[in-house]
Amino acid sequence: MSQVVPEHLQKTARGEEVTLLEAISEGLYEEMVSDDRVFLMGEDIGVYGGAFKVTRGFLEAFGDRRVIDTPIAEGGFTGAAAGAAHMGLRPVVEMQFMDFISPAYDVLTNYIATSLYRGAGPMPMVIRGPVGGGNRGGPFHSQNIEMAFFHTPGLKIVYPSTAYDAKGLIKAAIRDDNPVIFEEHKGLYRAPALREVLPAEDYIVPLGEARTVLEGEDLTIVTYGAMVHKSVEAARTLEGDGVGVEVIDLRTLLPLDEDAIVESVKRTGRLLVVHEDTRTGGIAGEIAIRVSERAFEWLDAPMLRVTAIDAPVPYSGSLEDYFLPQVDDVVKAVRYLAAY
Amino acid sequence: MAENLSPGLDRDQLLELYRALCLTRAAEERLELLQKQGHMTGGLYRSLGQEAGAVGAAFALRRRTDGTGDFLAPTVRAVGALFLFGGDLVDFFRQYMARATGPTKGREANVHWVDYQKGFVGPVSPLGTMLEVMAGITLSFNLRGEDRVGMVFYGDGASSTGAWHEGLNFAAVQRCPLILMVEANQWAFSSPTVKNTRLESFTEKAPGYGIAAESVDGTDVLAVYEAVARAAARARSGEGAQMVELRYFRRLGHAQHDSQDYVDPALIAEWAARDPLELFHTRMLDRGWAPEGELLAIRQEVEQECEVAAEQAIAEPMPFGPDAVDDVYTDVSMPHPWTRAEISDSRSA
Ligand SMILES: Cc1ncc(C[n+]2csc(CCOP(=O)(O)OP(=O)(O)O)c2C)c(N)n1
Ligand SMILES: [Mg+2]
Repeated sequence: MSQVVPEHLQKTARGEEVTLLEAISEGLYEEMVSDDRVFLMGEDIGVYGGAFKVTRGFLEAFGDRRVIDTPIAEGGFTGAAAGAAHMGLRPVVEMQFMDFISPAYDVLTNYIATSLYRGAGPMPMVIRGPVGGGNRGGPFHSQNIEMAFFHTPGLKIVYPSTAYDAKGLIKAAIRDDNPVIFEEHKGLYRAPALREVLPAEDYIVPLGEARTVLEGEDLTIVTYGAMVHKSVEAARTLEGDGVGVEVIDLRTLLPLDEDAIVESVKRTGRLLVVHEDTRTGGIAGEIAIRVSERAFEWLDAPMLRVTAIDAPVPYSGSLEDYFLPQVDDVVKAVRYLAAY
Repeated sequence: MAENLSPGLDRDQLLELYRALCLTRAAEERLELLQKQGHMTGGLYRSLGQEAGAVGAAFALRRRTDGTGDFLAPTVRAVGALFLFGGDLVDFFRQYMARATGPTKGREANVHWVDYQKGFVGPVSPLGTMLEVMAGITLSFNLRGEDRVGMVFYGDGASSTGAWHEGLNFAAVQRCPLILMVEANQWAFSSPTVKNTRLESFTEKAPGYGIAAESVDGTDVLAVYEAVARAAARARSGEGAQMVELRYFRRLGHAQHDSQDYVDPALIAEWAARDPLELFHTRMLDRGWAPEGELLAIRQEVEQECEVAAEQAIAEPMPFGPDAVDDVYTDVSMPHPWTRAEISDSRSA
């Protein structure tokens, strides 16, 4: 394609910093340029450029055959994405808010996730959209949806925490031959602290690989998404205490990078899982049992977790702040474990 | 004996309609002020230009406070209907400012609250759901042999959801006394209606469900009232589900954060000239139903009411954070985070 790249999508080319949101836009854009099988569907993604403007300028660049404003029908357009994938296209579907993925639950779990196993072929597609709390969005604009799908074999789930990873992971997700649910935390979209200069050349971050954010000898925090930054903040607070905290960012939740977790816990002997999602049925449970299976002998303390409360996401700031895990919670949990 | 002036309404009723239109306008304008002052918690939605659709429709139903009247499921743009059903003005401001004293104790936003005695259930954000829920509420009227009807509002965009179809078809098949108000404001966020349907009018969908439908000028409060009164009579007489389409225009952005630069300003101007409140104001004067002084006094009165209500809500407390663990179940509280030792010193994680 010979279109002129929109000004705001040339930041990396100009050597400028980008936000996590801009990193996703660039990743999407580059994949659409390099592979004409890739196309976008979602509500208000064309003229408006998406509720959060991730696809701003895409309609002008690629036209309305590849940037499709859909009716408000999450089940319908996700099902249509499945059909397009059967025909060799690589759809990328946007949920305006991931809270509204629920009408697509049927087609995602019963049809898309089972396709390969049923002999109906692979399902290369990405379902992406904003998740997460802290924005006073209330119960329907704040949820983390990973665990509603974590139990479904056949799906992959990705949840980046940095601009670099977001771009590399969205590109890898689009190139992946499996259906990938891609979660984008609203609070990270434009966070000034996350701005960074990205490599000018094409790169991906492979799915299924965790990243060690901080190295430490005394305790392992396994986390992802916005909680990576709260965990790092906690670890910095604890430097004065002489507690060496290792922070692992899962990046991909499904499949889980079990080796990275187990390897770290074997070194530190202590595990804290931190997730913004609610407690019961959160990923901490799965991680703990895997560590128990493979590294029980190395543990010096019980495995613990810091999570949101088991409740819908409340609207008011005071309730939401209490509902969400905070840096202070991580600090207290680490101190408790370190002293155990 | 009150004299019948217009579609079977007496002077007091006409003034009540006028008042409800003014109240809707004033309450939403007060929200804008509250937002500028930094009191609001989340998004702000306006129904500018759509007030008559909500007010005229709700006025055609039996509004009671003892749990025996008709039943409403509004949208955020049908706030005028909520007020007519007895939705409290202070509660409205409490909801938008997430106060502990509000009907949802700060857990939910704007018109998302319920009062089963007054007969309304607020929506959830996922579009379409309330059509299913209202099918069940009106089914219960049938099952118990109660002479009640339900009314559910949804935007034109919401008609694309599976829930909209499933709920409407269920209500049609079961002959539920449910009136679906289609708020055809020509937009769904940035998407013009043509991206949600190929039809000119939503009434064309009605035959597909085997139900009756009317389309009405949604800026004309009396026309809306008449159309809904007819629909309610049909629903009550056993004909079951009904559709009424309100034709009008969303004159402001989807929410306050949306400048709607994707809308032709000429269109907005065209519809601004058909302001439902001003239209009714002129009609009241032209027909000699009320002198101007009386109408202006009503406007001042509701503005005053809004100011008093907003000030009251502002002065009230925010929720206490730890209350977030309550009401998840009827009988058990969720554990507090074990790291909040001041709340609970037992490690419950
Ligand atoms: C199932 C679902 N998908 C997406 C959204 C996000 N969303 C909120 S309002 C809206 C547009 C609604 O348009 P319409 O139904 O016409 O109502 P209007 O805003 O015009 O009153 C969208 C897409 C949602 N609330 N629910
Ligand atoms: Mg609309």
